[in-house]
Amino acid sequence: MTSDVLAGKVWRFDHDISTDLLSPGAYAVDSVEVRKQHVLESVNPSFVSDVQPGDVLVVGRNFGCGSSRETAAENLVALGVACIVAESLARIFMRNAVALGLPVVVCPGVHESFDDGERIEIDLASGRIVNVDTGAELQGDSLPPEMREILASGGILAVLRAQAGR
Amino acid sequence: MGMTHAEKLLASAAHKPSVTAGEFVVADIDLALLHDIFAAQVFDLLQEVGVPNVFDPEKTVVVVDHLVPAPSAAAAAVHQKIRSHVARLGINAFYDAGEGICHQLLPEQGHVRPGMLIVGTDSHTTTHGALGAGGTGIGTSDMVYALATGRLWFRVPETIRFEMTGDLLPGVSWKDVILHLAGRFGSDAAQYRAMEFGGSAVKNANMSSRLTVANMAVEMGAKFGLFAADEVTDAYLRDHGGVGSEPYGPDPDAEYEAVHEISLSDLPPQVALPNEVDRVSSIEDVAGLTINQAFIGSCTNGRIEDLQAAAAVLAGKHIAPGVRLLVVPASRQILQEALETGVIATLVDAGASVLTPGCGPCFGGHGGLLGPGERCIGTHNRNFIGRMGSADAEIYLGSPATVAASALRGRLADPRDLEVNNDE
Ligand code: SF4
Repeated sequence: MTSDVLAGKVWRFDHDISTDLLSPGAYAVDSVEVRKQHVLESVNPSFVSDVQPGDVLVVGRNFGCGSSRETAAENLVALGVACIVAESLARIFMRNAVALGLPVVVCPGVHESFDDGERIEIDLASGRIVNVDTGAELQGDSLPPEMREILASGGILAVLRAQAGR
Repeated sequence: MGMTHAEKLLASAAHKPSVTAGEFVVADIDLALLHDIFAAQVFDLLQEVGVPNVFDPEKTVVVVDHLVPAPSAAAAAVHQKIRSHVARLGINAFYDAGEGICHQLLPEQGHVRPGMLIVGTDSHTTTHGALGAGGTGIGTSDMVYALATGRLWFRVPETIRFEMTGDLLPGVSWKDVILHLAGRFGSDAAQYRAMEFGGSAVKNANMSSRLTVANMAVEMGAKFGLFAADEVTDAYLRDHGGVGSEPYGPDPDAEYEAVHEISLSDLPPQVALPNEVDRVSSIEDVAGLTINQAFIGSCTNGRIEDLQAAAAVLAGKHIAPGVRLLVVPASRQILQEALETGVIATLVDAGASVLTPGCGPCFGGHGGLLGPGERCIGTHNRNFIGRMGSADAEIYLGSPATVAASALRGRLADPRDLEVNNDE
């Protein structure tokens, strides 16, 4: 994590986006290069081809529900997604995103405040969210220090490497 | 102030006299569970990070259950890799292909004790809450950290308690109860939280039923799905591993985020409709829809009691033309018992295909997938789009009796109607 403030273009998705949609079971043992080609293909077929590094997902309730497969978060990292701002996140998905160094912010009301393609600004330290196009401002949860430390290190394996190297 | 079940077990894992909901703790792991989808990757990463051993090979359980028998050369290669890592790391609790599903083997083979903190690379690790253990799913990177250090950070969850009373109607099972709870409260009702299941109805629930309920607690978002350890737990533990247990559960003055009182006495059979586990109806409302496939198995409902319930419906009859009935016992031990007691013969006579103990088609990897436009009812726990093959297939979830009744009729059917017909 280079900066506490992120800015990017929004992709909006609805409620209950499951890990089966983020990482379909049929490609479970394939490489990330294969897996990332199928992210969300059944809800938005153009997402994979059009998403740009630095883009942000604004999503509804219970994003990442379903299995514990970390590939759900890993595929998004591989596509260059910079942050996920959600009405709520499934617990294991949230753990996995943090473990991989992918910032997540829970922000009630965010789903209704953005359209596809609008620009978002996110302050991870304070949880403040801004819709640059409409000027709307929202207050999300700030991440607890335990999680921010892992994000700042670049993920939990980086933490482990640092500990092992000590 | 008293502690909830979750607070109690996390306090003990974190070596603290007490903890309260909302607090972050670093806790010792009592058991780490890995299965074949993630084990090779976790062990590879562990090596890559430069950690030569797991924190405790006796506290590490590895199960090959998802891709069995290996449906592809790639899957077989992953299994080879797992076997060599397991040998290298000195892990004795290794269950190879055909032994069963991880969440069945853990309790059945005596790995679970009340009050334990169990992490698994699988969301349904909540299953072990049936025995009073705090089981929860984590991802591969967190698992690498846990295996390397024997510890992991946790947020102590708030707890929602469900007090359940009343006797289930004939033809209704605890699968119907957990589907009802998911439908009534929603798939994120227990997000980041623990669920406690108690009340007079729970005292009468056998371990198989408790495992079904705790398994699906995660479908409501829960971190843990907990039953207090009681006489039922004690008896189960004596039968599986040899050592019984003392009662273990929440303090009477524990503080809950919410307590819901649920009466079970007039609950009809429940069915989850495509494509969300919390889109739940009574079977009456959907009965009559034609089906192509019926699936009895998974860590939710692949136990002997489930096969018996299906056999009771199917005995002496045959499934409808055009329907495929897949039966996947959750473990080899269950398959053996079902063979010895004639349950398998009954099911096969009725037209069932019996598959290798394991996950079967539950997660859409192999072993009986669905084509576009097909409709399936299964006893498993998830009906998300594409979960069992084609994204254009429909998955309904129900109890073993409901699935068996539907296979018999070739359409979604109420198992109670068949019971009436049987009496006629
Ligand atoms: S049976 Fe299904 S839900 Fe259970 S562990 Fe296997 S794939 Fe997962």
